Amino acid sequence: MVEWTDDERNAISTLWSNLDVAEIGPQALSRLLVVFPWTQRHFPTFGDLSTPAAIAANPKVAQHGKTVMGGLETAVKNLDNIKNAYAKLSTMHSEKLHVDPDNFRTLAECISVVVAAKFGPSVFTPGFQEAWQKFLAVVVSALGRQYH
Amino acid sequence: MSLTAKNKDTIRTFWAKVSSNAEAIGADALSRMLVVYPQTKTYFSHWKDLSPGSAPVKKHGATVMAGVADAVAKIDNLTSGLLNLSELHAFTLRVDPANFKILSHNILVVLAIMFPSDFTPEVHVAMDKFLSAVALALSEKYR
Repeated sequence: MVEWTDDERNAISTLWSNLDVAEIGPQALSRLLVVFPWTQRHFPTFGDLSTPAAIAANPKVAQHGKTVMGGLETAVKNLDNIKNAYAKLSTMHSEKLHVDPDNFRTLAECISVVVAAKFGPSVFTPGFQEAWQKFLAVVVSALGRQYH
Repeated sequence: MSLTAKNKDTIRTFWAKVSSNAEAIGADALSRMLVVYPQTKTYFSHWKDLSPGSAPVKKHGATVMAGVADAVAKIDNLTSGLLNLSELHAFTLRVDPANFKILSHNILVVLAIMFPSDFTPEVHVAMDKFLSAVALALSEKYR
């Protein structure tokens, strides 16, 4: 079971309640598709992903970014049981979507960079960064759990 | 995944913008690394104070970023340009190369924090590739 300190719970809920999924999600997904272009393999129906500008303007990327980021709500609401809360999603990513679980780690990195830029140095302190990255690492681990 | 001419231009332009803050970037990146990845503290057991922004952390952050600046200048041939640094890391410091990725990540986070509008996805990919190339050059002499 994951142990969370009070400070970590506070950091996670502070960051989550002050971020807009519709803003952060699209930015994080766009960044993933630009910085790690091989991830585009999962989105053959998304249309124009040929340039960073096209990716940033792509409505399917924006919509999907929102969806994925919104998926973190489950973790925030089930902080003490993330493993089980994501069992179905994990199976889906493995059996249906065939996503290499290393991509979860990579997307988590992009989310952290976008969140860092959004909140700046006075909110996204080293302590907050630690809690946020630990939170994402637990989600990443839960999403990879049902793979076999 | 070698650096294209466009990557190099992007890196040089971005570095020119941010290099005056190099010491602050280094100090913050190192501070974050020590907090977020506590296993990295094992390399600094000889320091009195490992807390964010402490004197040894600031000093070392500046040292590290001076190395990054050097790498920017030698971007066309990192392997030969960083040979001395590679020997230092391989034979004297013996830092596990896995840690290069960890520090690189924290440098990128700090760049995002300090330069939110300049650190676009295009700059991010160029810098990520650059720091990976630097890490590779630093690992050159390891075995």
